[in-house]
Amino acid sequence: MSEQGGAGTQVTGAQSLIKSLESAGVENIFGIPGGAILPAYDPLFDSSIRHILVRHEQGAGHAAQGYAVASGKVGVCMATSGPGATNLVTPIADAYMDSVPMVAVTGQVPAAAIGTDAFQEADIRGITMPITKHSFLVTDPADIPRTVAEAFYLASTGRPGPVLVDVAKSALQAMTTFTWPTELNLPGYRPVTRPHAKQIREATKLILEARKPVLYVGGGVIRARASKELRVLAEMTGIPVVTTLMARGAFPDSHPQHLGMPGMHGTVAAVAGLQKSDLIISLGARFDDRVTGNLDSFAPGAKVIHADIDPAEIGKNRAVDVPIVGDCREVLADLIVALQAEQDAGNTGDFEGWVAFVAGVKAQYPLGYDTPADGLAPQYVLERIGQISGPESIYCAGVGQHQMWATHYLGFENPNTWINSGGLGTMGFAVPAAMGAKVGAPDTTVWAIDGDGCFQMTNQELATCTLEGIPIKVAIINNESLGMVRQWQTLFYEGRYSNTDLHTGPARRVPDFVKLADAYGAVGLSCDNASDVDATIKKAMEINDVPVVVDFRVHRDAMVWPMVAAGTSNDEIKYARGLAPKFEEDDL
Amino acid sequence: MSVHTLSVLVENKPGVLARVSGLFSRRGFNIDSLAVGPTEHPEISRMTIVVNVEESPLEQVTKQLNKLIEVIKIVELDDRDAIERELVLVKVKADVETRSQVLDVVQLFKARVVDVATDAITLEVTGNSDKLADFLRVLEPFGIRELVQSGLVAIGRGGRSISERTLKPVPVPVAQALADPA
Repeated sequence: MSEQGGAGTQVTGAQSLIKSLESAGVENIFGIPGGAILPAYDPLFDSSIRHILVRHEQGAGHAAQGYAVASGKVGVCMATSGPGATNLVTPIADAYMDSVPMVAVTGQVPAAAIGTDAFQEADIRGITMPITKHSFLVTDPADIPRTVAEAFYLASTGRPGPVLVDVAKSALQAMTTFTWPTELNLPGYRPVTRPHAKQIREATKLILEARKPVLYVGGGVIRARASKELRVLAEMTGIPVVTTLMARGAFPDSHPQHLGMPGMHGTVAAVAGLQKSDLIISLGARFDDRVTGNLDSFAPGAKVIHADIDPAEIGKNRAVDVPIVGDCREVLADLIVALQAEQDAGNTGDFEGWVAFVAGVKAQYPLGYDTPADGLAPQYVLERIGQISGPESIYCAGVGQHQMWATHYLGFENPNTWINSGGLGTMGFAVPAAMGAKVGAPDTTVWAIDGDGCFQMTNQELATCTLEGIPIKVAIINNESLGMVRQWQTLFYEGRYSNTDLHTGPARRVPDFVKLADAYGAVGLSCDNASDVDATIKKAMEINDVPVVVDFRVHRDAMVWPMVAAGTSNDEIKYARGLAPKFEEDDL
Repeated sequence: MSVHTLSVLVENKPGVLARVSGLFSRRGFNIDSLAVGPTEHPEISRMTIVVNVEESPLEQVTKQLNKLIEVIKIVELDDRDAIERELVLVKVKADVETRSQVLDVVQLFKARVVDVATDAITLEVTGNSDKLADFLRVLEPFGIRELVQSGLVAIGRGGRSISERTLKPVPVPVAQALADPA
């Protein structure tokens, strides 16, 4: 493409598309070619961009997500029209829910055929309208460079999210000129990143007046790269911290002020810390139902400071006392300056009794699990992976019990080391996300923590990993069932296990994950007792040329605790079946 | 519930109407009426949306609309400070005996006769929602054979324009727009 480097050169639309992607700084694309996008794959063949040929478009999308989080860049996936594009719908929806910067490029049938139910036609722009930050349909090749530039700008700024660029085949085939724009003009898009000084003053006042404040930290702190600022604010004030599923790693798990993850499967200390607080300082979190439980009884005595870059999140679920629109890093930086000035003037908050209370709850109700008499505790496997591979590794997870055990027991110390599907809850996320993360951070050990159900949804990407030299490590927490659903059947459906047995246990072992790994050119290992766990993990750690799949055959009746049953109040938290914590309210 | 009138300036691009109407349906907001048309600027369209919601959902409606990239500006128009108009075309039964009575109604409401047939008469009237409701109530006894009504359009009183300041372009240099945030 170098001979066409100058502005205004005559190229095909396809060449313009690839030059535009190069100009936007794209280094890696995950995708699959097909009829409508085929013209773009010809110039891509000569491009500096590495294209990773996946086995299913859903894998391309999740890989782009994992890549984006691990690298800090915009993830890019590419597919053809119709089924190629619709297979991207799940990862696009996932990226939308979890605010992942991603650009999805799809081919569309030729402009003249649009609307005729042509072969492999689907209105993907229409389909993805509710699940993208924005979506474009390009039929004029002259629009390609500006559209691509706008797509990357939209995806990566403000509240990040997925942007779809659907390009008609006729636009890819036509001749056009390539001119990379010098400026963008989107009159309706002006994200506010600088918080308003008055709101910072109001927030500072509430913080100093509070007696029982808590920092409720969400994924926005990760996306804003604000972990350092968060730690400064937490340590200068002593305020306890909870990190949501999307924010795990934003604040070190080892930190004494950290109460853990709140919500349906949150720690008792984190749930109580929100529930009994008199001030919630929400940073890039969105009062999701999995955090609040029954909304009417959530944190009834708390005032709320809600900082978010997306104004629509503020006050959406919970009434707010001090709204702050802004980027979390800038909000935190301004709060630090304001609180420091107050401290210098001798005004410090009085949180002593509260800090002692939550520390007491944390000590009294630590995370814990029963070691089964026979069989392997899944929690133990995750503890050991976390300790042996360490907090510098990246951990991706699917959705379900293994995800909750992973978030609790791996032990996070650093941001962007935990990549999971939080909002959409997409089973099958882990393997392709890990693949993308490994491409984005090739020198980092990347684990996919997966369930036996999840793994069977997207394991075809092991072929991609083997052939493309992406040596991820997969830990299947194999409890022979759709474990989280089975847990609910145990608790709420009298143990009637309707359609949750996956038969991946000793009786049938369909499929045999070790053989499956072998068939994909990966190394397959298995482990079914605690004494072999360390050796197995270490063996997996030594293999760095091909993917490794470890089938951890765990006790199938292990459950995720603590738990707040769906729709009930967070006051109803149980830390084990039938066991509710007792809070000494008088201590407060 | 209370009725609110939103004037929404949007980029005049394909798919904008689908985005706006889709947003209302998926967030569970009810639209009473929606009118869309060109403005004094060819690149801008204006939607007038009447919604029936409480204050706090209204704030969500506005914020969610503002998130749409092609939505440029939203102004809530208060009916005391704005002129609101709808248009109705209505076909009323009217033969030789009743025609003069129908024409009296036309006079009273400053309506116009736009078509006459032997057994019916077609009327056009503009006004605010109350006037149109009254008009139709009075016509009802004659027999309404067909009725079509536009969405409400509204404009603020006084000399100020909601589009003036909004339309000044604020370009972002592409190098800054695509800068690596890390």
